[in-house]
Amino acid sequence: MVIDLDRCTACQACVVACQTENNIPLADHGDSECGRGISWMRLASFPDGEHGTRPSLRLIPVPCMHCEHPPCVKVCPTRATQTGNEGLVGQIYARCIGCRYCTTACPYTVRQFNWKKPEWPEPMQDALSPDVSVRPRGVVEKCSFCHHRLQRARDLAQMEGRPLRDGEYMPACVESCPAEAMFFGDLDDPRSIVARLTDGPRAFRLLEELGTKPKVIYLSKGESGGDV
Amino acid sequence: VETFDDARLLAPIETTRPRFWFFISTLLIIGLWGAFAWWTQLRRGLSVTGLNSPVFWGLYITNFVFFIGISHAGTLISAILRLAHAEWRRSITRAAEVITVLVLFFGMGCVILDLGRPDRVLNVIRSGNFTSPLLWDVTSVACYLTASTIYLFLPLIPDIAILRDRMPSRRWLYRPLALGWTGSEKQRRRLDRAIAVMAIIVIPIAVSVHTVVSWVFAMTVQPMWHSTIFGPYFVVGAIFSGIAAIIIAMAIIRKAYHLEDYLKPIHFNNLGLLLLVMCLLWFYFTFAELLTTYYGGEPMHMVVFLSKTEGKFSPLFWTMVVTCFVVPFALLANRRTRTHVWGTVVASVSVQIGMWLERFLIVVPSLSSPRIPLTAPSYIPSWVEWSLFAAFVAMFILMYAVFTKFFPIVSIWEIREGREHSVDEVTTRVLSYLPEASHE
Repeated sequence: MVIDLDRCTACQACVVACQTENNIPLADHGDSECGRGISWMRLASFPDGEHGTRPSLRLIPVPCMHCEHPPCVKVCPTRATQTGNEGLVGQIYARCIGCRYCTTACPYTVRQFNWKKPEWPEPMQDALSPDVSVRPRGVVEKCSFCHHRLQRARDLAQMEGRPLRDGEYMPACVESCPAEAMFFGDLDDPRSIVARLTDGPRAFRLLEELGTKPKVIYLSKGESGGDV
Repeated sequence: VETFDDARLLAPIETTRPRFWFFISTLLIIGLWGAFAWWTQLRRGLSVTGLNSPVFWGLYITNFVFFIGISHAGTLISAILRLAHAEWRRSITRAAEVITVLVLFFGMGCVILDLGRPDRVLNVIRSGNFTSPLLWDVTSVACYLTASTIYLFLPLIPDIAILRDRMPSRRWLYRPLALGWTGSEKQRRRLDRAIAVMAIIVIPIAVSVHTVVSWVFAMTVQPMWHSTIFGPYFVVGAIFSGIAAIIIAMAIIRKAYHLEDYLKPIHFNNLGLLLLVMCLLWFYFTFAELLTTYYGGEPMHMVVFLSKTEGKFSPLFWTMVVTCFVVPFALLANRRTRTHVWGTVVASVSVQIGMWLERFLIVVPSLSSPRIPLTAPSYIPSWVEWSLFAAFVAMFILMYAVFTKFFPIVSIWEIREGREHSVDEVTTRVLSYLPEASHE
């Protein structure tokens, strides 16, 4: 995934799209107060500019980085989180024991815990997406890069007897971005748009120095580009 | 043969005063309150705790590390003293070993409390992932529990045999446990050998246990967790709090069962000296860890560092320094206070408070400052967490007290052996160190 911060308007359409697509429970006021709201895609705010002179905030959309060396996968005691064939880090809700070792090990803090039973207001209960399972209380969840969409694309490719092509599916956040700041595709395919975008000098990854090799790449020509 | 020791040491088992029942009931009430808290948590999930995102771990994990730390008291200290032929060990080993075996259950219990899905805990075996330090922990603690139970049981056998012969009403319990002990020369030789072997085996296991506990943190890349000295640092802290636990337990037993003749000020003094050594080691490790972090000055590490030394955790941090170092050092380095029972006891209570704070300050501040900013309130433990902590402590004391009503808390046969054999043995040993006297 590529996120062009020079185009991003921080409108949070991706956050909302993700919320609806993936049956993420709504956080009421109490939940947000105690820091228990769940979102797979959040806007992290980095203080930008010098203190006092030009105070401003830089907002960066942060989904799961789907690291190539994921710190979460190796610490899970029950193999409930694993890297799939396409390189996406998945979560097996039915196996997770809720020890939250992965949530503490993740340097991006993108993993979320179901502190309580997910609930929706009456009319919304019938509007849940049938493609995504509702997670029970007590397990960890996180951005799956809309794994259910991948599955559908993979099935289609298999039916037609061909390999999965670059750009054959995109997660809800990318699809919904009104500023067209988000791109999705196969980073291993040198001709893909994401591979070409990440080639330039604007590209950087979050916490690159930790060696996790995130598969979410940001583009920015701002001064603070390289060091966030 | 009935001896003076037998009567004194069996008294707690043979007679129980009303005060004991009052004590037990109080502990039971705290335990029941904890059961209610746990039921609340099972019903409503971990939302009844003060935990949040990003402070995913709090009191439960702190207590896990704390309890496992205390478990290092018994078996390890007892094994070292036995192997070193420290003769003053005889009246304290049992009291120490029981701590280990019992407290381990509560340490593991804390992890169960912390799980979002305790019903799935067996997944750890069913689909265990050995790259996870948490699984190393499960393995290591399971080994330690097994080994320390055997190590507690072996030296109990001759005492159980005494009880079997003395208390017909409890023969159903003591007869099978005594394993047909008659005290023959052959049995004694075998028992000595078995105890010696176990004493050696438990030492590396004990060291592995707290090393692995520290690795749960150190193997992540989180600031101030990812540290190479965490293994030995945790082991030192564990032995430190462990010795303090033995001293407190001994002081209570001494008073409650009037065993002043067996648990003498000299025992407290000797353990106090060990505690002093661990106190200095703890300070050395803490200083080394903090200075390295400070000098390196990595921004993310400094955020956590400053939150401890001058930020919102600073009251806890400086209390830790005072209770883990200043108070015990002052009391234990001074002969006048160390040679009194109260001196070592006050130092030990202070160490327990300090070491609990140390665990808390390892778990919470690192999680409170995530690398990618995330707005969240501070972590304040809820009544459920505090209640379960209190209940675990109460249930531990309760089980310990019940143990003293079934088994002698000071080893009878080892005291007897000390009187009958050791004096000569030590004389011969000391003479063997010296050059042969001339045979003119």
